[in-house]
Amino acid sequence: MTDAAVPGAIPVPEPKAALTTADGKPLKQALRKANAKARRNALLLVLPLFAFLLITYTIPIIQMMTRSVSNPEVASYLPNTAEAIADWDGTDLPSEEVFAAMATDLKNGGRATIGRVAARLNAELAGIRSTMMGAMRSADEFQAPFKEALLADDDDWGDPRLWKLIQRESRTLTPAYYLRALDYEYNEDGDIVRRPDYLRVYTQTFWQTAWMSALITVLTIVLGYPVAHLLATLPASRANLLMILVLLPFWTSLLVRTSAWIVLLQQEGVVNDVLVLLHVVDEDGRIRMIYNRIGTIVAMTHILLPFMILPLYSVMKTIPPSLTRAARSMGATPLRAHLTVYMPLTVPGLAAGVLLVFILAIGYYITPALVGGESGIFISNLIADRMTGSLAQLRLALALATILLVGVLVLYWLFNKLVGVDRLKFG
Amino acid sequence: MLRHILIGTTASLLGIGAAVAQEPLNIVSWGGAYSMSQRKAYHEPYSEKTGIQILEEDKSNQALAGIRSQVEAGNVTWDVVDMLQADAQRACDEGLLEEIPFDQLATAPDGTPAADDFIEGTTGDCFVPQILYATMFAYNTKAYPDGGPKTVADIWDVEKFPGTRSFEKIPQKNLEWALIADGVDPAEVYDVLATQEGQDRAFAKLDELKDHIIWWDAGAQPPQMLADGEANIVTAYNGRIFNAQVNEGQPFEIMWDGQMFEVDGWVVPVDTGQFEEIMDYLKFATDTQRLADQAKWISYAPARNSSVDLVGNLWKEEGGKAVETDIDMKPHMPTSPENFQNAIQFNTDFWADYGDALEERFNAWLNS
Repeated sequence: MTDAAVPGAIPVPEPKAALTTADGKPLKQALRKANAKARRNALLLVLPLFAFLLITYTIPIIQMMTRSVSNPEVASYLPNTAEAIADWDGTDLPSEEVFAAMATDLKNGGRATIGRVAARLNAELAGIRSTMMGAMRSADEFQAPFKEALLADDDDWGDPRLWKLIQRESRTLTPAYYLRALDYEYNEDGDIVRRPDYLRVYTQTFWQTAWMSALITVLTIVLGYPVAHLLATLPASRANLLMILVLLPFWTSLLVRTSAWIVLLQQEGVVNDVLVLLHVVDEDGRIRMIYNRIGTIVAMTHILLPFMILPLYSVMKTIPPSLTRAARSMGATPLRAHLTVYMPLTVPGLAAGVLLVFILAIGYYITPALVGGESGIFISNLIADRMTGSLAQLRLALALATILLVGVLVLYWLFNKLVGVDRLKFG
Repeated sequence: MLRHILIGTTASLLGIGAAVAQEPLNIVSWGGAYSMSQRKAYHEPYSEKTGIQILEEDKSNQALAGIRSQVEAGNVTWDVVDMLQADAQRACDEGLLEEIPFDQLATAPDGTPAADDFIEGTTGDCFVPQILYATMFAYNTKAYPDGGPKTVADIWDVEKFPGTRSFEKIPQKNLEWALIADGVDPAEVYDVLATQEGQDRAFAKLDELKDHIIWWDAGAQPPQMLADGEANIVTAYNGRIFNAQVNEGQPFEIMWDGQMFEVDGWVVPVDTGQFEEIMDYLKFATDTQRLADQAKWISYAPARNSSVDLVGNLWKEEGGKAVETDIDMKPHMPTSPENFQNAIQFNTDFWADYGDALEERFNAWLNS
C-alpha cells in the first residue's frame, strides 16, 4: 500500500534523482559515514571506562573465582609424594615407595615449602602441622626403610586418614572450599557429607543475610512510602525543608550514623536511660537493643531509608494529581483511587527502591560488624573474618564471596523476570 | 654559632642528620600504652644514639596476614614486627621470617649469652621475646561492693556475681578457662582439650555463659567496657587494666587466679634488604637494661631473667617530660610471686595444631 492509494492524502512528488551532497556523493552514504564517525568517537570516549572496568573489576573477579578452587600446595611442595600416592588404593597404609617419596620431599622441601603444605593439611586434619614440621627437621637423618623411620619419628604417620588426605589434596583443583562454604565436607573415605551440626554456620548466615535484607527492604517501604508521598504533594517550600531532613542523614558518614545508634541503644545508652527514668524498666532490667539482630535491623533501616525515599519521590513527583481526582469524580473511594490509580503508577520508583535497598543491604559490612554482635551479622562479616585468617581460609573467603556474587546475580535475574528492569526509574 | 648548634642538635634529635645515610626503620606494634612503652624504652634512645629514624605502625593485630601478603607480593615494607609467639611460629614455619642469630644479641651483664638469658622455652627460631604478659579476669569493684570473684569458677557463677561479661572473640584461652571452671586440673587442660569429648565439654561450659557475654576484639575495649558499665567482668591484658587503674584512677581489680601468660616479641620479615641494620636495632632493643626500661612504662614483665631485678618504679609523661612516680612496678608484674600462684602457660604448640579446627568450631558456635 502506497501513500498515493490513500484517498485525500497529499501526493508526494517523486524525486527525480537521488539527493547528493555538494561534492556529488549520495546523501545517504554521506550520512552513514558521518554517523559511523560519531559512533566511533563515542566508542573511543567510553574506552577508558571499559579498560578501567576490565582491570579493576572483571579481572579481579575472574581471579577470585579461579583462586577459590585452586589447591596447589600438595602437588607443588610434595611433588614426589603426590606422584607416588596417585595409585594407592586407600586400604591400610601406602607402600614403602610412598613413604620414601615423602622422606625425599621433606628433605628437599625446606622450612618454607613444608610449612605451607603443613598449614594447608592442618586446616583439614588437626595435628598434621607438628607431625610434618617435626619430620622436616629430622629429615636428613632418615634411612631406608622409610616407613619405619617416619613411624618412629611420629605415630601419626601411621594414620591412614593422613595419607588419604594427602592423596585427595594432591589434585590442583578442589571443590573443598565451596563444599565448606555450603557446610559440606569430605569424610574420611572421601565422600561428600554434611558437616557436623556444631560446625554449620555459612548456609545459615546466607539465609540470615537474605531474610534480614528482605525485612529491611520491607521496613524501608513501610516507612519511606508515606514520606515520599508527603514530599511529592506538599507545596515546594515546605517540601524542600522536609527534603533536607531526608538528605542530611543521607550525606552524613555511615560510621557517624552507626555510632550514633550505639550511643542511643546501648544498655547504658540514651534510650535505656530514659526508660529507667520513666520507670518503664528498672536499673537491672535495661533492655539489650544493640549488638544483636535488632541493632542491625534498626541501624540499617535508618541508613538505607533515603535509597527508598528518593526514587519513590522522583516518580511520585511526575504523577499528575488530576488522575486520582478523575477517579474520585467517577465514584471511586479515596482508598480505591489510591490503590488502582496511584499505586500502579509508583511501581517503577518502588521497584528501583527495592532493588537498590536490597542489593545494598545484602552486601553490607560495617553496620552489622559494629552493631550486630554475634546474632546480627551478615555473610560479608564472615568473609572479612576469613580473609584476615590463614592462607587456606582466604580461599574459603573467596568461595563465599563468589557464592554471594552469584546469588545477587540470580536475584537480579529473578527480579528482572518479575518486575522488568525497563520499569525501573531512579530519578 | 649558637644557632648552628641549635639546628644541629634538633636535627640529630629528630634523626634527620644521619637519616640521609641510613634508611629509617619501620616498626610495627600494637599501639596505645604498649607502643608508648616501646617508644620510650627502645625507639627514642636508639634514634638518639644512632640517628636512625624510627617509623611506627599499629598493625600487629593483623601481623600474620600483613607479613604474608607483603612477602607474597615481593614488597616487604615492615622491618621489625611485634608479634605473638604462636603467630610467629606459624609465620616462621611458612618461611615468612628471618631466622634470628641469637649469638649477635647482647649478652647479660654477667656474661650469660642472650639465648640462655631469656625465660626458658620462650625463644623461637625467628622470634626474640620481649615481654611476658598475662590475660586474666578483671572486674569493676563498684559492681561487687562485697568482694568480687576469686576463682575461675566464680566467673561462671552468675547468681553470685551477676552482670555482663566480656571475653575476647577467639577460642584461645576461653576454652581453657571453661574447662578449668568445669573442674579440670589446670595441668591437664591441654590434654583434655585435644580430645573430642574435651572440646564438647569446653563448649558446653561456654554455652552456660553465652547469654551473659559480649565479645571484644581489640585490647583497648575491655577497660572501656568496664568503665562504661557495659560489662562487670572482662578478660583483658594485664597492662591495659593496670593503665586504667593507675593512670586513669578507675576502680578496677585484677583477679590473678588462672591467669594465662605468654610472651610477645620481635620478628623480622624476610627480604627486607637491611637485615644487618635491623639486627643492630634488635641487639640494642633487647638488651638487659632496655627490657627493664620498658617495665617502667607498662606492667609487662621483661622476657630476660637478668632484667627482672632492674625493674623499678612507674614513670609517667608529664608536660613532655618523663617523671618517676612512687609506684613500685614489681607487684604489678604477672610474674610477681603472689600473682603467679595459679598461672597457666599458654600452649602455643597446641594452638598451632588445633587452632584451625577450634577456631572454626568457635566461630560457628558464636553465630549459632
